[in-house]
Amino acid sequence: MDIPGTDRRQGTGVLVNRRPFDPRLLRRVPAARRDLALLTLLGVLAAGLIVAQATALAALLAAAFTGRLDRAALAGFLVAVTARSALVWAQGVVSARVAATVKATLRADLLGAVARHGPGWVAGQRAGQLATLAGRGLDALDAYFTGYLPQLVLSVTVPVAVLGRILFADWGSAVIIALTLPLIPVFGALLGWQAQAATERQWRRLSRLGGHFLDMVAGLPTLRAFGRARAQTEAVRRMADGHRVATMKTLRIAFLSALVLELVATLSVALVAVPVGIRLLGGGLALQTALLVLLLTPEAYLPLRAAGSRFHASIEGLTALDEAFNLTGSAPAPAGRTGAVPDGTGEIRFESVTVAYQRTVALRDVSLTIRPGERIAIIGPSGAGKSTLLGLLLGFVTPTAGRVTVGGIDLAEADLDGWRRQLAWVPQRAHLFAVSLADNIRLGSPDAAPEALAAAVRDAALDDVVTALPDGLDTLLGERGHGLSSGQRQRVALARAFLRDAPVVLLDEPTARLDAAAESAVLSATDRLVAGRTALLVAHRPALLGNADRILRVDDGRVTELTAQPAGEGR
Amino acid sequence: MSRPPRPAATPGVADADGPAGARRPDRGPELTVLRLARPYLRRLVGAGLLATATEFAGLALMATATWLLMTAAGQPPLDRLTVAIVAVRALAVSRGVLRYTERLAGHDAVLRLVTDVRTRVFATLAARRGAPPRSGDALSRLVSDVEAVQDLLLRVLVPGAAAGLVSVLAVGLAALVAPAAALALAAGLLLAGVALPALATTLTRRAAAELAPLRGALAADAVDLTHGAADLAAFGATGAALDTAGRRARRLARLERRLAVRGFAVDAAGVLVAGLTAGAVVLVALRAGVDGVLVGVLAVGTLAAVEIALGLVGAARQWTGLRTGLARVAQLLTDAPDTAQPETSADARPVPTVAPDVRFDGVGVRYRAGAPAALAAFDLDLPAGRRVAVVGPSGAGKSTLAALLTGAVRADDGRVTLGGREVSAYPPDELPRLVGGLLAEAYVFHATVRENLLLGRPDADEPALYAATDAAGLTEWVRAQPDGWDTVVGEEGGQLSGGQRQRLALARALLAAPGVLVLDEPTEGLDPAAADEVLATTLAAVPAGHSVLLISHRLSGLAALDEIVVLAAGRIVQRGRHAELVTTAGWYREQWTLQQAAEHGYLAVSG
Repeated sequence: MDIPGTDRRQGTGVLVNRRPFDPRLLRRVPAARRDLALLTLLGVLAAGLIVAQATALAALLAAAFTGRLDRAALAGFLVAVTARSALVWAQGVVSARVAATVKATLRADLLGAVARHGPGWVAGQRAGQLATLAGRGLDALDAYFTGYLPQLVLSVTVPVAVLGRILFADWGSAVIIALTLPLIPVFGALLGWQAQAATERQWRRLSRLGGHFLDMVAGLPTLRAFGRARAQTEAVRRMADGHRVATMKTLRIAFLSALVLELVATLSVALVAVPVGIRLLGGGLALQTALLVLLLTPEAYLPLRAAGSRFHASIEGLTALDEAFNLTGSAPAPAGRTGAVPDGTGEIRFESVTVAYQRTVALRDVSLTIRPGERIAIIGPSGAGKSTLLGLLLGFVTPTAGRVTVGGIDLAEADLDGWRRQLAWVPQRAHLFAVSLADNIRLGSPDAAPEALAAAVRDAALDDVVTALPDGLDTLLGERGHGLSSGQRQRVALARAFLRDAPVVLLDEPTARLDAAAESAVLSATDRLVAGRTALLVAHRPALLGNADRILRVDDGRVTELTAQPAGEGR
Repeated sequence: MSRPPRPAATPGVADADGPAGARRPDRGPELTVLRLARPYLRRLVGAGLLATATEFAGLALMATATWLLMTAAGQPPLDRLTVAIVAVRALAVSRGVLRYTERLAGHDAVLRLVTDVRTRVFATLAARRGAPPRSGDALSRLVSDVEAVQDLLLRVLVPGAAAGLVSVLAVGLAALVAPAAALALAAGLLLAGVALPALATTLTRRAAAELAPLRGALAADAVDLTHGAADLAAFGATGAALDTAGRRARRLARLERRLAVRGFAVDAAGVLVAGLTAGAVVLVALRAGVDGVLVGVLAVGTLAAVEIALGLVGAARQWTGLRTGLARVAQLLTDAPDTAQPETSADARPVPTVAPDVRFDGVGVRYRAGAPAALAAFDLDLPAGRRVAVVGPSGAGKSTLAALLTGAVRADDGRVTLGGREVSAYPPDELPRLVGGLLAEAYVFHATVRENLLLGRPDADEPALYAATDAAGLTEWVRAQPDGWDTVVGEEGGQLSGGQRQRLALARALLAAPGVLVLDEPTEGLDPAAADEVLATTLAAVPAGHSVLLISHRLSGLAALDEIVVLAAGRIVQRGRHAELVTTAGWYREQWTLQQAAEHGYLAVSG
């Protein structure tokens, strides 16, 4: 199976920000400003020390030429070396500090953006992108800050210092350097653009390849079931080989830029050394000056080339930075709501509510009144807008037109946190957090008493699950396993809802992924949960309709009330 | 997904995924990986030599230029300098050219090797009976692990070998001039090229071990805060979770800062070693009465040589970060089957027209010793053309039956035969032509609808595709897509709704049309009305003469089947046709009545 060229999984991160320094950094991470300034200062000092070290060494060697040891020059050389060593250490420590500060700030910003924008914003693909970025993605910044950025500073300060020193010593050589030095950024830019475009194409391909390889591995059981697993081995080889050929093509261009840059630097040494040697021959130049020029010339080119070669390695970090800034700064955050708190025992009204998403209209002109204590079942084909109805009540979705009011208070202006405190929600697939089972249940009520927790566990028919776990309620759930089955997860969600003890209960197909045995356990728990509360229940299976006061049918965004009594009054 | 080239390792901040010492096979993982490099050994050695030449050209350029200047200062006749002048120019040009060829040669060899590694890894996973890594994390790790092989060669071994060779050359040449100075140089090179890299390795490894748990916890926090955003918001717990994550992020930042203080000390020491060695060489050479010109050449050459040797520090850091990934790849590669079994071409197979007879004969399966039997004393005859449903509560052993039939699970007791031959006797490639269908957890590939379907039968034509999607009720959806058959369905079929996904998997199973079609909960995720319709059209679409084993917890639509077997706790509790079972007291009638009551109520109100 060949994967077609359209890859829709690319996030915003593919477009590489070509600027070596993102000015948004100073604005968005003010805590890093001081260290960045310090880094610049250290860069200036480093440039001075490079000049000092070369000057001392030139003096030392010029004396050695006559067989004499210049103790002052040797001492100067060693002092310069020691100081440079300390400076390298300081640069590393400061740049690592910048990296750590920026990462911590951006992590907080990214996760804070999730909290500010709400779950509607984070749904779907963005969740994965955010989780990766805030998790390990930002660690790519280490290479940028500790590897590239100090070099970037040096690539400005060192050539200036070196040129100044050589100009002072021997202006002819300085002219040669001054003329060739700009060739590096010029060629770098010219060839760099070529390479950039090629590299981007290459990444897209790599992404497809990675995707293909992953996809194939993930789907292996299915491939095996159709007897295609080993046939796909060839496809994997073909894709990997195609990747190799494409990569080599890119590299031929990408390395060309490195070749030219290297040539400029080494040829400049030759261009400076040979005339200087000939002038020495004529006695027109002191040996010490000549040696100084020779020692300093390569230093002028070194940081530029080092920065260039590390730039590629730091692109991942720059991309992550760009992505983080875009994600946290894309939409203005809704201001914290301090409106009135609707009363959960009030009447809930949908007044001509329309919800339009980018491509589809989820709800069209829905008007609805839910009286306190009513148990309402919502049915309809999937994708008809059932979950959107609950999303509106949760405040995850805001109406495109119309309004939702609770006890007369418009939810769009209400204190959402206060309102949500009166809701208990059992989603289709509850997220279990990487904390203990007890903390998972206590999600909405962290201070709940142990007795209340035990009662919620009992009510949700979770006892047998708890006893089966190695540490009972204290068992850590999440990444490390102790994976609960779908039915058990749903019961954890129900336990959360029980513990929440809220006047309004929202259930979204609580038994959608369960088999009959698990379903009956969840059903009876659901019945206990909705007793005496206002309940909205999205029903996927008929078994859930038993106790509903009213049944609403959602079809293509429209809501109709069904008055018929369920025919099978078996229960 | 897209993973740009790994950045150069930076001190203090290890990019190892976990504690570097974890799970190491007995031999170094590097050796295992390098054995695969044998076909490309000449290319690799060539790249290593080119790298050595490149580095040496740089050293020689500076040394020759120094000789040129210091000799010129003695104002000898010009012709004494001609060779040096030419050499300086030649070295200046050759260094760049050498570097270019070295990098191309190295990447070419390594990418060839990586192609092999990827293929081998996939082949190993394909040949395994067990499940492949399931979680997205484990999967993407697999991709980056393979890249570790690339980095090992390009960033560690080739530059490391070059630095080592240049160091030996430099000491040798220095010994020709002044043995005492050569000793000082050797000491400096040992410090820069052995002691400091070893120290860097230790520090990086420790840093990785300290960072890994915190980074892992933070990654889990990020997942919780994003994927669990709705749950947190609904329960008003976002703030608390945010605080926890923020605290952890700050703790990580503090740790990273602390580790950098240690890590960058190695780099500082490197600068010191370079300067001190140069100073020592000058002193020793002067004491030994070495000619002044050569003292200069030795000093400048020493600085260049130590600089090259310090490259090993970076290589060592890189290597430390790669080890865990390499170990995992090595593990996979050592498991790899050495001889590729002859591949029977599955592409041009004819649709089987006759189904083999299937017999379950006193079959028992126990997944773990001591656990209750998943299946016990199970007998079933499924001659060609017969259609049997297996129903029962979850955990009754229904899916075990499908696994037995497709060879995923072996019977502990009794026999499962296909056309008189035991299932385990069939080669893994032959079995899917005879038995297959919609199994639990059918995977939808990130590919076009057409490609996903053709997996069932690679040579199917358009009418065949339509027939299959008609039966599965997917045709309408396909037609509604702007790209039709070429609509790409997302990662794990993510662009499809659960129902459409199920229909796609069902259509694929129908297209494959094995003689014995296994359908494990084919209408999962569909609402009752759609489920009944799809089940009916599916059964109608199965060619006459093909057998069907339908596994279901829904009892609706089973009237047309030849036999229904009711399983409970691994044993058959009832069997017969639908008409008989609904009139007999027992699990089936009870469940049927319950389901009907509920579903009729549902249909009455939704119709």
